[in-house]
Amino acid sequence: MSEEIDETQTGETVVGEQKEIDNKMISPEKVEEAKLKTRYPHLGAKPGGSDFLRKRLQKGQKYFDSGDYNMAKAKIKNKQPPMAPTEKAEITGDHIPTPQDLPHRKPSLVASKLAG
Amino acid sequence: MAGAGGGANDVQWCFSQVKGAIDDDVAEADIISTVEFNHSGELLATGDKGGRVVIFQQDIENKSQPQCRSEYNVYSTFQSHEPEFDYLKSLEIEEKINKIRWLPQKNAAQFLLSTNDKTIKLWKISERDKRPEGYNLKEEDGRYRDANTITTLRVPVFRPMDLMVEASPRRIFANAHTYHINSISVNSDDMTYLSADDLRINLWHLEITDRSFNVVDIKPANMEELTEVITAAEFHPHQCNTFVYSSSKGTIRLCDMRASALCDKHSKLFEEPEDPSNRSFFSEIISSISDVKFSHSGRYMMTRDYLSVKIWDLNMENRPVETYQVHEYLRSKLCSLYENDCIFDKFECCWNGNDSVVMTGSYNNFFRMLDRTQHRDVTLEASRECSKPRQVLKPRRVCAGGKRKKDEISVDSLDFNKKILHTAWHPQENVIAVATTNNLYIFQEKVN
Repeated sequence: MSEEIDETQTGETVVGEQKEIDNKMISPEKVEEAKLKTRYPHLGAKPGGSDFLRKRLQKGQKYFDSGDYNMAKAKIKNKQPPMAPTEKAEITGDHIPTPQDLPHRKPSLVASKLAG
Repeated sequence: MAGAGGGANDVQWCFSQVKGAIDDDVAEADIISTVEFNHSGELLATGDKGGRVVIFQQDIENKSQPQCRSEYNVYSTFQSHEPEFDYLKSLEIEEKINKIRWLPQKNAAQFLLSTNDKTIKLWKISERDKRPEGYNLKEEDGRYRDANTITTLRVPVFRPMDLMVEASPRRIFANAHTYHINSISVNSDDMTYLSADDLRINLWHLEITDRSFNVVDIKPANMEELTEVITAAEFHPHQCNTFVYSSSKGTIRLCDMRASALCDKHSKLFEEPEDPSNRSFFSEIISSISDVKFSHSGRYMMTRDYLSVKIWDLNMENRPVETYQVHEYLRSKLCSLYENDCIFDKFECCWNGNDSVVMTGSYNNFFRMLDRTQHRDVTLEASRECSKPRQVLKPRRVCAGGKRKKDEISVDSLDFNKKILHTAWHPQENVIAVATTNNLYIFQEKVN
């Protein structure tokens, strides 16, 4: 009996030491994870995999309708292309398009600069 | 130094050419999205975000002389895809060319498949270097002659003309993918090819555009249960019944089309066991495979995940036979890489002609050459500073921490906007094509 108790105590001590060593050698990934959790405490509350996957499957800007799409395209032609919008952003045109507003034909296609 | 052959000679890489604009203001349309040599290496195709394809041709005239370096010049350029609008879902369909794959050449014309997110197109590129002259009813400029002035008959003859290269779409394979196409792969049977999106893989016949067979479908009945997506797929180079597909969870499945019509059950599952104690929030993200490529021999396949390149023997499923770190110093930067979305960058990888060296890109316009036979690796840079003719590329070194040596660059100084995602290796020669954001660099083995 006493031998068993001794063994158990020895076993626990060994495990305790191992845990100390582990804490000192936390992988860089875990350090980075801790950093991320402090900045975004709610991240990871739902399974992370599904979030990325859903975002990936829904890639592509959603518009209210095709008129909205054409208006946005006409607007973008005149200024720098915007950064990709966040998931929640809804893109809508400035106003309801009329046939006069929509571009009559596709813009002339510019040749690639690699071929220049 | 990287070795392209397995021999004792060290290969030194030198600058050959750079294509594209010098200015720093990069238009989105000019971002290169794919690079691919054809089967002989004579042609090099690029696709960009603007839906355009540019094909370069190797100048063969001087190739017989070892002193001369062969150059790639523009052969053909065309608009492959245009932006579209999905009216049903009110979603924009990008014209960005995701992949180009060449068909083996069977006659004078060249054929390639190019794809955006939704539609694959088969393009025929043909040359015209003769034209008929001496028509009876038409002038040379095309105007019709007055019939009363025609008093004799002649036979029109073909006369040489300036070479004209024409690209025409021969097949359009549309409406088969609900999700975004990430891969296309031509089968060794020269008749079929596969296209893969996030959840499904379809098999096509090159002649038939109105139907395709679904061979893999991993869409769960309840989308809430979705845990992984297909990231890349490729046919085996010799076995026309075999293909592989990789997943966002770091696994590769090999499927045999002889086993069943629907290959949802894999024949082999390649997965490296993970140490559960090492698992972190980032583990799954960085294990996502961004590219899978069979070796030319067909015995091995290579996978690229965020931090490493792994070589797998098709006969061994439980672990890769070789693992190479691409940029391990980024492991301690994962938090910021997640915040700036760089952790989701999809790097490609490629084999050299005899499968002895593999290449993949990194940040700061660095790319890595990993020599499997000589167990050496080197980091090189594609930049305008190293672009004098025949200038030998100097190896680059990144300092992970601590004291930075003279020629090293520290991790924090790396430019994460300068990514090399696409590289290609000539199938027979030591010629490589490296795409930075909007420039295409061609490097060659140094010849003395």
